[in-house]
Amino acid sequence: MTDTRTSLRAETGPFFGEFGGRFMPESLIAALDELDEAYQLAKLDPEFHRELAELGRTYTGRPSILTEVPRFAKHAGGARIILKREDLNHTGSHKINNVLGQALLAKRIGKHRLIAETGAGQHGVATATAAALFGMECVVYMGEVDTERQALNVARMRLLGAEVIPVKSGTRTLKDALNEAFRDWVANVESTHYLLGTVAGPHPFPAMVRDFVKVIGEEARQQMLDLTGALPDAITACVGGGSNAIGIFHAFLDDTSVGLYGYEAAGDGVDTLRHAATITKGRPGVLHGSRSFMLQDEDGQTLDSHSISAGLDYPGVGPEHAWLSSIGRANYRPVTDKAAMEAFRLMCTTEGIIPAIESAHALAGTIELGRELGPDATILVSLSGRGDKDVETAGRYFDVLDENGNARV
Amino acid sequence: MSDTIVSPVASTIAAAKTERAGALVGYLPVGFPSLDASIDAAVALVENGVDVLELGLPYSDPVMDGPVIQAATVAALEAGVRLRDAFTAVERIRSRVDAPVLVMTYWNPVLQYGVDRFADDLVSAGGAGLITPDLTVDSGADWLATSDRTGLDRVFLAAPTSTDERLRLAVDSSRGFVYTVSTMGITGARADLGTAARALVARLREQGADSLAVGIGVSTADQIAEILSYADGAIVGSALVKALADGGVPAVARLASELAEGTRR
Ligand SMILES: Cc1ncc(COP(=O)(O)O)c(C=O)c1O
Repeated sequence: MTDTRTSLRAETGPFFGEFGGRFMPESLIAALDELDEAYQLAKLDPEFHRELAELGRTYTGRPSILTEVPRFAKHAGGARIILKREDLNHTGSHKINNVLGQALLAKRIGKHRLIAETGAGQHGVATATAAALFGMECVVYMGEVDTERQALNVARMRLLGAEVIPVKSGTRTLKDALNEAFRDWVANVESTHYLLGTVAGPHPFPAMVRDFVKVIGEEARQQMLDLTGALPDAITACVGGGSNAIGIFHAFLDDTSVGLYGYEAAGDGVDTLRHAATITKGRPGVLHGSRSFMLQDEDGQTLDSHSISAGLDYPGVGPEHAWLSSIGRANYRPVTDKAAMEAFRLMCTTEGIIPAIESAHALAGTIELGRELGPDATILVSLSGRGDKDVETAGRYFDVLDENGNARV
Repeated sequence: MSDTIVSPVASTIAAAKTERAGALVGYLPVGFPSLDASIDAAVALVENGVDVLELGLPYSDPVMDGPVIQAATVAALEAGVRLRDAFTAVERIRSRVDAPVLVMTYWNPVLQYGVDRFADDLVSAGGAGLITPDLTVDSGADWLATSDRTGLDRVFLAAPTSTDERLRLAVDSSRGFVYTVSTMGITGARADLGTAARALVARLREQGADSLAVGIGVSTADQIAEILSYADGAIVGSALVKALADGGVPAVARLASELAEGTRR
């Protein structure tokens, strides 16, 4: 076999090992084929890459910087810890990278309406932003539960001109927002692009979204070499659907010396029923169009997931992660709400950075991993988003806000 | 159509076409409002003129279903319906009436139960086959093999947006009938079915379809009569579920008998 065939970076779907595929109603197959074709063409078109890179530079703020966090690192066994600052992107998270890629593609296919699902609201905000930028219509589906815990992001989307539809079906969280977005797409496929927000869903989404976020790791790989003269010993990221994690992992997949660690939300704990630790506790099945690990009962009914972080509160995970786990290339570990919130606070007070609660799961994992690997290790962390949207949740958690969200006096 | 296996559903539809304008296919979910009532309601459908039953297996993430069916299947799941209840329902319905029963199911429950085991248990219960809304022919190699082994019917969907090549695939691989999706959208009654269904049926005929039924949005005898002027069967779902939810078994029986009038024009 040639080098490119053995490269773990060469996977383009529909399958990643035995995971992935396309399990979708026939009504959507034509749209998925159209998207796939348009994407394959765009991929070969230097003009597409130029436009996207230009947007990255002049709109998102790419490249995002690295920040070393020595005061935080003291709590993590003294390992050298370096953050990849996706929180500094325009709109506040890594989600904008995928959104701009897909919005450019939608423009090429001639769609003028963008729909999206959102959990934390970050993907919805990014999609609303791109719709405003490109002069497109935008509808965002958001579980009713999430509209309550991420009210600020609902307001942001509406200010940006998007319509936010609270989803009242099923468990009223992210998975039901995906269902509703698919239903909208089935009915409006002629005019509409479904801008899926993570590396899950039917082909071509997992591979395409991965390609739009892998810039994170490509930048970070060079930045690490420039900063430390070497590759990191380990990379950590939180895993909801898995886009920020695959984004930072992908450039390093063939660097076998680099350990890859994804952190899933363990909610109240993986031995309770309230968690979202899909790879740790789930088993393979089909959800939202692809075969991957998922939380399900004996009959294949999707189980409710739970996490303090809306962005990780999803009972599925992208198929490429299921594959990386199955071949042993990446490790997936659970982090409880409590551990994540402790890491959140530590990052605030030691480094002056308020992380998204999603990203705080990666930070909690990093503390543990740093203690395991010891002071000689270098760990690169995906700081996927900033915590502005979480101030109310965290404020209540730490009792600096009362139950009405007002400052304690 | 794969024609080495005799399909009870295709024969029933063919018979309805010689006796009347065509066949009426009726959908109800298993376990709504209770297992017993869903069985009584399905039996009542057949006693009131429904030719082929489509029993829906409630699923947590039904992306093809509109609010009426979602509400019913969520209620069934909350009331504790289990996958195995589908086999019980099929068996008990078949012991009371002689219509073929297809199970409509999203793919994950079948995968988790085991494709072969599911098929074998469905055969034992007297079921006719499966309608698979989120499994297309090109993703369904294991189901194609299992349905050939067991002789079960397999109903695939065809949509207005499907290419001719994909329509051919659906026609060649379906057994029983081709589920012709009338409009781009999810399940739910619609006043206006538009012209998409008629055009799609014509395209499917060109690909050799000799047994096809039109569904999604069908809710009145007039619509059924119109559909049967160009198709072999008409499928009604949400309207029956709504009748059952609002007025119980008597109401759904009454509606079935009204709808069946549409097959006699
Ligand atoms: C800041 C942030 N990080 C992570 C995630 C989780 O998504 P993914 O696993 O696709 O990166 C979200 C989702 O909303 C998010 O807002």
